[in-house]
Amino acid sequence: MLLLTCPHCGIDADETELAPGGEAHLTRHGPGATDDDFESYLFLRDNPRGVHLERWRHANGCGKWFIAARCTVSLEVFGTYPAQTARPPQHVLDAIEAKRPGATRKLPVMEGAR
Amino acid sequence: MRRYSAAAIVREAARHHEGWERAWASPEPKRKYDAIIVGGGGHGLATAYYLGRNFGLTNVAVLEKGWLGGGNTGRNTTIIRSNYLQDPSAAIYEKARALYETMSQDLNYNVMFSPRGVMMLAQTEHEVRGYRRTAHANALQGVDTEFVGPERVKELCPIINIEGPRYPVLGALWQARAGTARHDAVAWGYARACSAMGMDIIQKCEVTGVRSSNGQVMGVDTTRGPIDCDKLGIVVAGHSGALAEMAGFRLPIESVALQALVSEPIKPVMDVVVMANTVHGYMSQSDKGEMVIGGGADGYNNYTQRGSFHHIEETVRALIETFPIISRLKMLRHWGGIVDMTGDRSPIISKTPLGNCFINCGWGTGGFKAIPGSGWAMAELMARGGSPLASAFTLERFREGRFIDESVAAGVAH
Repeated sequence: MLLLTCPHCGIDADETELAPGGEAHLTRHGPGATDDDFESYLFLRDNPRGVHLERWRHANGCGKWFIAARCTVSLEVFGTYPAQTARPPQHVLDAIEAKRPGATRKLPVMEGAR
Repeated sequence: MRRYSAAAIVREAARHHEGWERAWASPEPKRKYDAIIVGGGGHGLATAYYLGRNFGLTNVAVLEKGWLGGGNTGRNTTIIRSNYLQDPSAAIYEKARALYETMSQDLNYNVMFSPRGVMMLAQTEHEVRGYRRTAHANALQGVDTEFVGPERVKELCPIINIEGPRYPVLGALWQARAGTARHDAVAWGYARACSAMGMDIIQKCEVTGVRSSNGQVMGVDTTRGPIDCDKLGIVVAGHSGALAEMAGFRLPIESVALQALVSEPIKPVMDVVVMANTVHGYMSQSDKGEMVIGGGADGYNNYTQRGSFHHIEETVRALIETFPIISRLKMLRHWGGIVDMTGDRSPIISKTPLGNCFINCGWGTGGFKAIPGSGWAMAELMARGGSPLASAFTLERFREGRFIDESVAAGVAH
């Protein structure tokens, strides 16, 4: 069972207390967006075998959204941070680099907006 | 290949069973094939089989990184049905179900197809309306289903408690010709038939790269060296994203874990498959006597192929309301498989942005039942460049908004 720390209320919540929200840091295009932009925002996903930045909601707790950095192969959690963050904070990037050297460079959010 | 038959059993019995051949050969990969199928699960092997049988294309290799049927083919709950709402789904799943009926004879391999009937319980008024609608749609599609009342449910499956306090059984969508099959045998049977046609089944051969030139696929790099091909079929379910990345495109897919468990074996108590979608559980009894139980999929990305206890609790808690008889059974084992979920929960059988590279994925939580139909359509797509069965399941449908909305139709994991 996954244990994630909610960065808003500080509680270590297990996954039954949380609602998953899918890949984080997707670019939501505005008026004038092309079909490709919409497809990218709505459907296309990186689905990595490795480090994944993903949205969660502390549904049965404070109710707020946050983002977790997690490995989809080992289920290891590298850190969590509030959803109102444009890119992962340095301490989360450091935690990822410490365990998976080079992995942060491959994160889509680090290559700029899609 | 020596055929399996009653005479063969007698012959071998008389000589200490020393004459049985290996079911399929394990050759070294050649330098080049007309077509390479990546993925030696049911869908990949079925694709290779129908390439040979329907289109005479036998210079084909099936590359598998692990062992045949070691992924979701050997991890599902073996249910076969075709009672879908939308026309494209009903067509391909019904094709698959029909092919399952004669598969043992076609492959000369006993896949133990058992058309014992599948019952999808309606436990809310909403489900009653939904399944009545599906039954009408199925009548128009030529799929043999009917909506039955609670008395008939009790008659077909006496161990059901139809007067459950929270979710009484109000009826069911009944497909008498649906059922189960031996999942490993489906992969093995196809592999044996492919091998007999001269195809190469290559296990422990992981694809590490896709080579292309001028937008056309040229071959693949593998852990056993580079192999050239004219056409490439990617049929790797949960790992489709990794292969797509090698081939240079993205997919509308997320991989999540789906779990199942079996109880200790008991005497025969039910001879139908029962699915209870509102409470998220389904159950059948295997030939060995185990109760085979499946649950819902996780909501988060996961490649671990493991289960988790709270899912078992959730599934079993719901099922013992409906089947009080199972409340004292011990669990024998449980497992997880990685399923590839698309945006509309329907599969993808499609050309890709890379020329002569085709992909068959996104079967999500319901791939086993589709294996022969999926292979049939994928083979036609690869051989002819198009297939009526696959025409609705393109990659472009997500960009164009032409979804096949079975997720809403089925209400849950299917």
